[in-house]
Amino acid sequence: MAETSIPTPAGTTSVRMETLVERQRRRARLVLALRLAVLVFMVGGWELGVRMGWIDPFFFGQPSGIVDKLIDWSQNGTSIGPLWLQIWVTIYEAGAGFLIGAVMGIFCGIALGRNQLLSDVFSIYIKVANSIPRVVLGSIFIVALGLGAASKIALAVVMVFFVVFANAFQGVREADKNLIANARILGASDWQMTRAVVIPSALSWILASLHVSFGFALVGAIVGEFLGAREGMGLLIATAQGSFDSNGVFAAMIVIAVVALIAEWLLTMIEDRLLTWRPETSANE
Amino acid sequence: MDARTPSAVELKNVARRFVTPTGDILSALEDFDLTIAPGEFFAIVGPTGCGKSTTLGLIAGLAKPQAGEVTLFDAPVEGVDRRVGFVFQQDAVFPWRNVLGNVMAGPLFRGVPKDKAEETARDWIVRVGLKGFEDHHPHQLSGGMRKRVALAQTFINNPQVLLMDEPFSALDVQTRELMQEELLQLWAQAKSAVLFVTHDLDEAILLADRVAVLTTRPARVKSVHTIDLPRPRDVAKLRYDERFIAIARNISDDLREEVLRARAGH
Repeated sequence: MAETSIPTPAGTTSVRMETLVERQRRRARLVLALRLAVLVFMVGGWELGVRMGWIDPFFFGQPSGIVDKLIDWSQNGTSIGPLWLQIWVTIYEAGAGFLIGAVMGIFCGIALGRNQLLSDVFSIYIKVANSIPRVVLGSIFIVALGLGAASKIALAVVMVFFVVFANAFQGVREADKNLIANARILGASDWQMTRAVVIPSALSWILASLHVSFGFALVGAIVGEFLGAREGMGLLIATAQGSFDSNGVFAAMIVIAVVALIAEWLLTMIEDRLLTWRPETSANE
Repeated sequence: MDARTPSAVELKNVARRFVTPTGDILSALEDFDLTIAPGEFFAIVGPTGCGKSTTLGLIAGLAKPQAGEVTLFDAPVEGVDRRVGFVFQQDAVFPWRNVLGNVMAGPLFRGVPKDKAEETARDWIVRVGLKGFEDHHPHQLSGGMRKRVALAQTFINNPQVLLMDEPFSALDVQTRELMQEELLQLWAQAKSAVLFVTHDLDEAILLADRVAVLTTRPARVKSVHTIDLPRPRDVAKLRYDERFIAIARNISDDLREEVLRARAGH
């Protein structure tokens, strides 16, 4: 801004702007190149370490072996069935658990956050519930709900629910007091207040928690499959572990990471759609 | 006060006390008396933190007094009243709604059909000079423009009593002057009673029919001054008018005494 206020010929300014744009582009390319270099260095170092005999591939696997394993799985299927089926089962369990847990969490969080007495009473239990390692409940769900999808979905629901719930609750409590007073004086009823002020202001909290909690849903589904299942990525990992196949464990891990990244990308798209009113924050500024 | 005189707002012997986090009782208002006539522009000045905003909260029905009586048009205040409008010090427009959505919020809350609310809102957006910004969100507007949104949002409900809590204090001097002009024009048309709280004495004198100076906490009305400057007022010129300066000098002695006492008390 300061630069444009200095009276300079128009040509000079645009030249300057061009070099600025050019500089930014060059920096972006540098960052990308360095990122690739880090990846090549780490994966290459690992592979080299194995080939030179410094790292034992029996325990720690080998990048080329992992790639071979992934190709083998996608072409010939895994020891427990086609790879796509395992991926689909895990996505289904995590997705269903995520949706149920998120909807329940948002609903309960808003309902409780809106009621002063209830929120004062329950806030302590929410903290306690949040600090318990909920994965342990997986064992109970397997016993109660069996080896099918239900027990994994239940575990994913529990993992997701508390995170979303705590965030929705906090988001409601943090709603701007001025906005609430303003809406009330403008004539909003309690329900209108919830819709027009409370939910929109809690939304950024809720969406932030959804990012974290899809990861939790995946953990819930996989740990559930680990503990006892007939199919799924967790079982695939458990099977690989049982046959001392470290490459198999890593290969399954990569598949899961790709699933998580795609889910993250989808969530970011949804978030951008819902929060268009927010000022854009540029990483460069 | 004569019982037959109609009043838009009246506070009689009002007290409002808070419990501080340390368990002490803090008295914001004690024996507070104030009467505002319908259509009157009334300003309150006082040292910062003396309980000016508390007064507005009581009239708006956002809080209840521990003692005394608050009435609107001779009926006691019970909760938020539809005849009251409130312009806040901080931004209180909804950041997730665009200008149109913000301005039509009041009528929609009050059950006006959507197309009627939108029509009225568009009219008000033009009146506060925001034509062409209907689809902008608050973060895309300047501070002054957001205040215009807040004014339209409030005036669209046709308030008979308009409460304003240092509405222009966050604006730069030039914008503030423009907004003061604008407010006077809107008020001249709306004919509502205004209670305008400010710490800026000049602003109070430029705008108001009467100015009350408050004491430090617990706040009481120290003195009420009638400002007999003719209307319509030109805010930019009036500032240098001799009569204005004379009034300001007179009241500022009153106010300075309280500001000094407030400082000594801390």
